[in-house]
Amino acid sequence: MSTEAVADGFGQAQGGASPSGHGDHSGHASPRTYWTIGGILTLITAMEVAAFYIPAMAPVLVPVLLVLSATKFMLVIMFFMHLKFDSKVFSGVFLTGLVLASFMTVALIVLFQVLPKYDFMG
Amino acid sequence: MTGLWSWLTTVDHKRIGVMYFLTSFFFFFVGGLEALLIRIQLMRPENAFISAETYSQMFTMHGTTMVFLVAMPMAVAFFNYVVPLQIGARDVAFPRLNALSFWVFLFGGLFINSSFLFGAAPNTSWVGYANLTSLQFTPGRNVEFWLIGLSILGISSILGGVNFITTIINLRAPGMKLLRMPLFSWMALVTSFLLVTAIPVVAVALILLAFDRFFGANFYEVTAGGDPILWQHLFWLFGHPEVYILILPSFGIISDVIPTFSRKPLFGYPVVVYAGILIGFIGWGVWSHHMFTVGLGPIADSFFVASTMIIAIPTAIKIFNWLATMWGGALRFPPPMLFAVGVVAVFTVGGLSGIMHASAPIDLQQHDSYFVVAHFHYVLVGGALMGLFSGIYFWFPKVTGKLMSESLGKWHFWTTMIGFNLTFFPMHFAGLFGMPRRTWTYQAELNLETWNQLSTVGAFIFGISSLFLVWNLFRSWKKGEAAPANPWDAATLEWSIPSPPPHYNFPVLPKVRSREPLWDEVERAEVEAVTLSEPEHEPEMPSPSFWPLVVALGVVLSWALVMTGVWWAPLLGLALTAFGIFSWAFQPAFR
Amino acid sequence: MARAAVIAQDDHHYTSTGLSSWKVGFWTFIGSECLLFASLISTYLVYKGRSVVGPYPEEILNIPLTSVSTFVLLMSSLAMVLALDGVQRGSRKLSLIWLGGVILLGSAFLGFQAYEFTHFVHEGLTIGTNVFGSSFFVLTGFHGAHVTGGVIWMITLWIMAARGKLAPADSLKVEIAGLYWHFVDIVWIVIFTLVYLIQ
Ligand code: HEM
Ligand SMILES: [Cu+2]
Repeated sequence: MSTEAVADGFGQAQGGASPSGHGDHSGHASPRTYWTIGGILTLITAMEVAAFYIPAMAPVLVPVLLVLSATKFMLVIMFFMHLKFDSKVFSGVFLTGLVLASFMTVALIVLFQVLPKYDFMG
Repeated sequence: MTGLWSWLTTVDHKRIGVMYFLTSFFFFFVGGLEALLIRIQLMRPENAFISAETYSQMFTMHGTTMVFLVAMPMAVAFFNYVVPLQIGARDVAFPRLNALSFWVFLFGGLFINSSFLFGAAPNTSWVGYANLTSLQFTPGRNVEFWLIGLSILGISSILGGVNFITTIINLRAPGMKLLRMPLFSWMALVTSFLLVTAIPVVAVALILLAFDRFFGANFYEVTAGGDPILWQHLFWLFGHPEVYILILPSFGIISDVIPTFSRKPLFGYPVVVYAGILIGFIGWGVWSHHMFTVGLGPIADSFFVASTMIIAIPTAIKIFNWLATMWGGALRFPPPMLFAVGVVAVFTVGGLSGIMHASAPIDLQQHDSYFVVAHFHYVLVGGALMGLFSGIYFWFPKVTGKLMSESLGKWHFWTTMIGFNLTFFPMHFAGLFGMPRRTWTYQAELNLETWNQLSTVGAFIFGISSLFLVWNLFRSWKKGEAAPANPWDAATLEWSIPSPPPHYNFPVLPKVRSREPLWDEVERAEVEAVTLSEPEHEPEMPSPSFWPLVVALGVVLSWALVMTGVWWAPLLGLALTAFGIFSWAFQPAFR
Repeated sequence: MARAAVIAQDDHHYTSTGLSSWKVGFWTFIGSECLLFASLISTYLVYKGRSVVGPYPEEILNIPLTSVSTFVLLMSSLAMVLALDGVQRGSRKLSLIWLGGVILLGSAFLGFQAYEFTHFVHEGLTIGTNVFGSSFFVLTGFHGAHVTGGVIWMITLWIMAARGKLAPADSLKVEIAGLYWHFVDIVWIVIFTLVYLIQ
């Protein structure tokens, strides 16, 4: 493992430089942005926990929590994992998995928790 | 570079491909032997040639072997050997990871078969339904060999999938746009996506089972609120994408073979590509058609009836495209083409019976009968395996630099067709007349004897037909005629380099301008000017490494030690794995 | 970036997308991991309310404690991006501080989890008690195992940095490790909501 950028013909070149010379792909955001995102994540987590404890929130708790955690999820993949700035190829291979995973989870909940509540046969 | 050590440490995709092929070909005969024992037992009613327990082990190991140790890895053998050549790459993206996939596969296959030595071969069928697999109902080690073996094999598949996706996305030669890629590489890409997405689901199903059996968890334990149906869902969420993992490589092969021997570009190329992608996606939404008899209710059943019928459409589209490719072509029928045309014909029969039991009320009659056995053998043997055979005849000259015997190939083809249809066509009737699946024997009064005898005779013909292939492979490898670079006058890049290819494949990466670079005089000259030239200095290739082998041993050891039921025992295997990974990470890929 | 320019001209070092294969491969792997965790999470959700004996989730899950450990893991992700930034700047000091931060925060998260697990066992909830116990321990245990693997990875990088072997040219190594770390974090974001807060 040397410290110089070794390109190897397999696209496994070390270093921030991509083999085609597009240059540094990784330093898209400044530490300031990272700190801000960190702050927002903390804030949303605090809101989630608060929502959990406020009795008045009970009727809308589930959708509120889902939206809040989805926001956190997006912030992390967009900024900390750089998807917002990086090539669409990465989003593509990741979303293939994520979409199928979400689809499967929803389908299983419907099959096990929702459909059995209805008695269609009368 | 020969000798055992060079094979144990190789990271060359061509050598790894050959090893994948030989291993899966060996297991093909293991699985075939198991099938013949099943057929002898069923030859007459109330037979006792083998015991009921042995019978259960035979059909379980037959199914498990044919799916996980034959059809999948043989397809991966072709991915390995052919994809880098077709897309114009020197190797796969992660050569050492590729070696790891192979070793893990090999050890996983040996592990699962080692159960025979303990008289505890898996015996709860290839779908291993809960809660038959619980300690209460199957107390022996049988299930444990199965679940650990499959978990090991799954690791190999996921790593392989990641590797091929990266290779195909990233290592295409200049000008090799996605929509110029040969169909086989396309289907390798779709299959790899199915591998990396579907395998984790069955891995979890198996891990939950492991926790039930080894650590007293309740996942499939009804008395504690667990639900055996969860197993079925997780298994088939994987299982249906899996059947496309099995068939799409074959579709890819014949989509390259048919144009070659029709001397015409593939009819409707983009449509065939998109149909393949669509099959991959819809294949995720049909799994409960294996569960119509569970009683999921009318809403769920209707949904899965509809989605299953819809998935037949892209499949049919492909069939019409193959036919249209042949239409008006300058047809030739050497063995690869015979098998490809055979696939089109025979697969269609299996597709049609599939549409029949896509209808839930009809499936209530057919489920778990020999009708279903007929269906999936038409698609798996007639569709997947014969497609792989086509690939063997097609690419053998490239791999070995020798031509195969055409007459032996024709013998192989016709005996296969006769044996195959004689085995599986009567099963439709046996099933419709009431013969249940996975049952040791049947009563004489059911009048099923004739159908079963036909099947048994067919099975032996099929068995013998395979010997033609073995003999042909061996003889041609030893003293076949020397093969030129492009013996079939085919159109794609793998035929632009010498047979067998030099270890670096391409001295200089060729530039591609069309889908059929070798069918255009000008482009062909351009490409061959670089691919057939002697390089000024040999391209630098990754150096061999034995760490993949060490890591594979570690992985298998970790899992095998789960069998002890001692929670910390697997950590020993993990330690070896970690040691291997660190040594690997700090060993330069190139010297 | 002079070297990169040279590489671009030499077809020996060419890739079709211009992207690093490591990143393409690793993102694909993360896509695959999504299905692994989704299967475990689905199992937990499918078995919700199906336990026939207690302890039940609402009796035993400790929200204040887990909120803190969630915060800790989120902050470890922040430390991770700052570590990458440090490596890219070529600052050994920043690299060591922030990689060290990831290691400490990750270990703290594991400490919380160890405490939680032992506490639950003490309260009579084990993997064999009911389906809640089975699905809870296997899901969060799998996540914890991923965190453990990540901590070991980070320690390796920290040692490399300490020995001066983590130059800006090596930042891809840290970036990949970071992708892994953030992924484990987003899985926890989902678990925290679906398992702990929505009871
Ligand atoms: C036109 C496309 C297809 C349709 C509509 C279809 C439909 C079905 C249905 C409804 C079943 C469940 C029958 C039952 O158990 O009651 C089934 C079983 C099966 N199919 Fe297909 N299928 C199709 C293509 C394929 C392909 C391409 C393969 C594999 C290459 C395949 C392999 C299998 C297997 C292995 C089973 C049996 C699984 C088991 O119970 O062990 N099918 N098919
Ligand atoms: Cu299916």
